Amino acid sequence: MLLAKSIYFKYEKLLPFNLPELDLNPCDELLILGKSGSGKTTLLHILGGLLKPQSGKVVIDGTDIYSLRGNALDKFRGQNIGIIFQKPHILSALTVMENLQIANFFVGKNTQNTIEINLEELGIADKKSAKLDTLSEGEAQRVSIARALANEPKVILADEPTASLDDENAEKVIRLLKAQAKRLQAILIVVTHDQRVKNHIANQVTIGEVYR
Amino acid sequence: MNLLKLSWKYLVAKPLNTTLNILLLALGLAIITVLLLMQDQFENKMSKDAVGIDLVVGAKGSPLQLVLSSVYHIDFPTGNIDMEEAIGVSKNRLIKNTIPLGMGDNYQGFRIVGTNHDYLDLYDVSFASGSPWNLPFEVVIGHDVAAKLGLKVGDAFVGSHGISSASHDHDEHDYVISGVLEKQGIVVDQLILTSIESVWYTHDEEHDHALMEKAVATTGFPETTEPREITSLLVQYRNPIAAVQLPRFINSRSSLQAASPSFEISRLFELLGIGVTLVQGLAVIIIVISGLGIFIALYNSLKERKYDLAVMRTIGASKGQLFRHILLEGVLLTFLGALVGLLIGHLFLLILVLNYDQGAIAGLRADVFLVEELYLVFFAVLIGVLASLLPAWNAYRTDIAKQLTK
Repeated sequence: MLLAKSIYFKYEKLLPFNLPELDLNPCDELLILGKSGSGKTTLLHILGGLLKPQSGKVVIDGTDIYSLRGNALDKFRGQNIGIIFQKPHILSALTVMENLQIANFFVGKNTQNTIEINLEELGIADKKSAKLDTLSEGEAQRVSIARALANEPKVILADEPTASLDDENAEKVIRLLKAQAKRLQAILIVVTHDQRVKNHIANQVTIGEVYR
Repeated sequence: MNLLKLSWKYLVAKPLNTTLNILLLALGLAIITVLLLMQDQFENKMSKDAVGIDLVVGAKGSPLQLVLSSVYHIDFPTGNIDMEEAIGVSKNRLIKNTIPLGMGDNYQGFRIVGTNHDYLDLYDVSFASGSPWNLPFEVVIGHDVAAKLGLKVGDAFVGSHGISSASHDHDEHDYVISGVLEKQGIVVDQLILTSIESVWYTHDEEHDHALMEKAVATTGFPETTEPREITSLLVQYRNPIAAVQLPRFINSRSSLQAASPSFEISRLFELLGIGVTLVQGLAVIIIVISGLGIFIALYNSLKERKYDLAVMRTIGASKGQLFRHILLEGVLLTFLGALVGLLIGHLFLLILVLNYDQGAIAGLRADVFLVEELYLVFFAVLIGVLASLLPAWNAYRTDIAKQLTK
């Protein structure tokens, strides 16, 4: 389902990252731990089709995603991969509902029902027509989760989703992520150095050892 | 949701910036619209008013003034000429027809022009009601005069001396309206037409009541027993040679001058042209600045929006979609600017026309649309494309991973 094979990536003037081999199936959960600069976010970007590795391949649902060109990769990402960032990054000019609908538009889907259900389950249904500047941090993060789920992805990637949240909200967010991944039968990969998350996901890898 | 709506949302999110850009562009385009509308209608009207008039003969002075006063009825006459001398000129073999004009009075600012029925035939007028004048002091009024002053056939009024309002009244004899013209879209809409005899008798000290009952001349010069004056003579050439010989022949006679409407008007437009070009240049500069403003606004907003653009890519937007998203924003902005500009232009002309119902501007219309205005919209959209091309290209090239780790 998701396969990451012999991925090699290095930034100019820096040592290459030591990135693990991955082989995950639907409903699998994985926690990727590591210090700052260990390549956690880079790995997430590579898995999410945002950053092409120098070598190796990422296969999602039978498709080697870096063999896709230009638009095809963007559309594949939109349809199959939901990405949640440390900061919510809600499109500021749009309302909550429009933020979710635009995700639909970009890949030519219409999942209005799913969107409504997600908003309900994430507890932000009453914020449908609110703009970013009226949302609290926790609400904004839940909106970004709803947006990542809008196209019913097969893989959910979360980059430090709880870093800027208080204990209560962090707990809530991680539970929601797990529940939604279950419902969609999606793979959930969370990258974090947040101790609070560790207790929730048993399957963990630590990266950070650098090649000598 | 679609790209157009997305671009629109981003425009609305910055209302002040958007409004400023739209207004700036609209201002430039409004100026050009007014110039286009006025130029088109002015030239149209000018040439329609002068149809069939090859030459104007009048007292010596400025030839342009003679043409403006006798053909377009906007300037003061150069003075009067002796009718005997005018009759002498009209017998020239190069002349096909002449129409004498006698001016000097007005009613509420509308000029009273003494002439004969040939003048009505010249403009091929049609009557809304009544018939041409037959007796002294019978008048035919243009459509605008009737509409503005609320006059109809059978009404009487007293003319005032001078060709603009607020001089002393000739209270000895009333003018009686014998006919009202339909809207012609030319200068006669603004005129009160009567016989030359009426103009003469108004100014006479003594009144010979037998003359008042005698029918006036409907063509050619009126009959008279005493030396009389007229203001000018409208001349139609018999053949093209006349255009070469006749003006020189008349101008060499001491007391008369001949002026060609087409020549004088092209000279006038040449003089006005400098001003028009200047204003046009100003409008183009405003439009270029507004294009620059749109470019700068998009370029700056892109810095703040790089993150938004990267997020759009992560949720499935392609590079091409982002390119079109930014391009659409520029195009939307300039398209709206163009529409607002056309609207302001027409409104401005409407206000101008409503405020100046007499004189050169009268008779212009604000509800006329030209093909050139469509070109203006295309031109504006083109500016939008140009202004947003570079920002759109930057959006196209956004490096998602780099942007997201910043």
